[in-house]
Amino acid sequence: MFNKKECVAMLLAGGQGSRLYALTQTVAKPAVPFGAKYRIIDFPLSNCINSGIDTVGVLTQYQPLVLNEYIGNGQPWDLDSIHGGVHVLPPYEKASGASWYSGTANAIYQNINFIERYDPEYVVVLSGDHIYKMDYNKMLNFHKQKEAAATIAVLDVPKEEASRFGIMITDEDDNIIDFEEKPKNPRSTLASMGIYIFTWSKLKAYLIANENDKEASKDFGKNIIPDMREAGEKLVAWRFDGYWKDVGTIDSLWEANMDLINPNIPIDLYDPAWKIYSRNPVMAPQYIGKNAMVQNSMVTEGCYIDGSIEFSMISDGVTVEEGAVIIDSILMPGCVVKKGARVEYSIVGENSVIGEGAQIGMSPENITDKDTWGVAVVGHNINISAGATVAPKAIISEDM
Amino acid sequence: MGNVLGLVFANMHDMTVGDLTKNRTMGSILFGGRYRLIDFPLSNMVNSGITNVGVITKSNYQSLLDHLGSGREWDLSRKKGGLYILPPFGNVTTNLYRGRIEALYGAKSFITHALADYVVLTDCDTVTNMDFKPIVAKHVESGADITVVAHTGVYDAEVINGSTVLSTDAEGKVRSVLIRPDISGTCTLSLNIFVMSKKFLIDMVSDAMARGKVSFETDVLQAKCGELNIMAYEYDNYFSKISSVATYLRANQELLVPENARKLFPPKRPIYTKVSDNAPVKYDLDSKVNNSLIADGCIIEGEVENSVLFRGVKVAKGAKVKNCILMQGTVVGAKSDVNYVITDKDVTIGDSHILNGAPSYPMFVGKGASV
Repeated sequence: MFNKKECVAMLLAGGQGSRLYALTQTVAKPAVPFGAKYRIIDFPLSNCINSGIDTVGVLTQYQPLVLNEYIGNGQPWDLDSIHGGVHVLPPYEKASGASWYSGTANAIYQNINFIERYDPEYVVVLSGDHIYKMDYNKMLNFHKQKEAAATIAVLDVPKEEASRFGIMITDEDDNIIDFEEKPKNPRSTLASMGIYIFTWSKLKAYLIANENDKEASKDFGKNIIPDMREAGEKLVAWRFDGYWKDVGTIDSLWEANMDLINPNIPIDLYDPAWKIYSRNPVMAPQYIGKNAMVQNSMVTEGCYIDGSIEFSMISDGVTVEEGAVIIDSILMPGCVVKKGARVEYSIVGENSVIGEGAQIGMSPENITDKDTWGVAVVGHNINISAGATVAPKAIISEDM
Repeated sequence: MGNVLGLVFANMHDMTVGDLTKNRTMGSILFGGRYRLIDFPLSNMVNSGITNVGVITKSNYQSLLDHLGSGREWDLSRKKGGLYILPPFGNVTTNLYRGRIEALYGAKSFITHALADYVVLTDCDTVTNMDFKPIVAKHVESGADITVVAHTGVYDAEVINGSTVLSTDAEGKVRSVLIRPDISGTCTLSLNIFVMSKKFLIDMVSDAMARGKVSFETDVLQAKCGELNIMAYEYDNYFSKISSVATYLRANQELLVPENARKLFPPKRPIYTKVSDNAPVKYDLDSKVNNSLIADGCIIEGEVENSVLFRGVKVAKGAKVKNCILMQGTVVGAKSDVNYVITDKDVTIGDSHILNGAPSYPMFVGKGASV
């Protein structure tokens, strides 16, 4: 049957990402630049196409402009299929009225018609704020083999970190017998990655039931999964053993960027068999100037570098003038760092300009009171005047 | 410019850069880290509003077809107009054309049917960011039969030897034409970019074919210089002309002067090319890179100076790369030392090798070779 797809992916990209502050004031979190030439959403989208899933619905409602334009017709990810492909799905007005997506489950519920057009057996539900490379097919095969109603991808995390996650308690056959959200004393170290595969007929029934329950919070973690467990559905945990990081906070966004240049972290962007695709900015190759010093960093197209760069991620079209120093920082597309400015342990948003001799952030070695230290953030399109100082941990969303 | 048709000659001047065109057309020669030469004329056309473009090929065009695809990367995958690839057409007297006139004759039906009043014809040997709009406007205004884009400057024999040289009067009218003269010094160089009306082009081609003439340069520009109204358009923006392996090296290295690169790649007139989804460049702990152009996908652990590195080049620890053009997928082994070397695609230079060329005669390592 022409219209049939075995598996359809639904990508939750609607969150405001308020913990990224200045970086998500005008941009939805999945569209935040990452890893020099990517945006966060490139990772799940590339995983989909590399896993052979060519039908993806992107659920969006917060600041969708940049995200919509970025996804476009999906061509950069090869998701511009005649049947299927990537579709941006904002909330829309129906005959019965209009409403925003009131929760993750409600967002999928409002798009049941979209999913039904492809008559899928399975639906994979993804988040738009995770950095990882995963073959969803392996997970799907596990789901089929276990004849589960829902499969949740889990990561075995160190015990001391387990209390930061939703923890799955399983029996010896990987059946999920219980779960706890951010437990103080975790009974297991299997953390939910926020990646689910559902048998569609089952999920659909629970979505409708949840929608009819006026008290419910319309959320996968809070409603759908517990409801399924209570009803005795088969829930299984699929163990993932690669690199995975949630980039929902300033610190985790900074860390995940730095992980890309850490030789001990297993995420390989250079593997031709599992490329991460992104929309190309159409710029010349980077020019590394006569006075430049670039080490332990990633730099991409359109950059003009004449300063010194260490342990940093430099996005497309960035200018770093002579004598400027960038250490342990992330410069997003189009930034300009003028002569003699120093950027340390910072994230500088798109098209921001750091004036001559300015000091942004500081290395922890140079600080006595460690509590005041943190990654400094300059938002998008901000001008920092010459000689200005942005303290460590500061978040700048207006010119200074 | 909806009334202008673009024609790009992908194979012209193939023989001038022998080693580089062994497996490809002039148009598909790799240039500037991530481009092929044809990207420049195609992007210039698109940026000038010419969206109906024919690419005339002759031989070795597999890599060209692979590169161009449907023309989508240049926004030329269009229902109306767009990119047309015109390989040699079997119905002509000879399968492979011998000169520009025969090539145009083979594309006559395409040209005739194009909805255009004027035609911009360009080869792939001039690297520049050119706006065709004022040139076409000048052509129309001057009432010339043919407008030749040219530049007057001081050139060495290396460049002039592979070029057509014009002498013009004060109004810019071409008075005489020299083809590949053995001179050096100040002269007006044709950039092999021409504008004419579609009607003139078709009549000229039919007339020349009827008389057994095949070369546009010799049989039209030169032979009919007195009888036709041929105007030179003095072009002033940055360009480089590739007419030998040495000028190819020079043209690439000129991009290391930021001012040249800015003129060739202004943000509002981008040069489009096929996207290959490489990861960003990774610089290692001991990398030392200066005055170089580095394309995405490279991994640099050694030293690189005055060089152009294409996508996916690897420079291992302790290796030194100086004054080189390393094309896509080249690997330079640990502690190797390479100077004035041009490597074609997928060359592997083992560990601890020393390779030395000279500025006037760079060492060329062919596609896929292992050293």
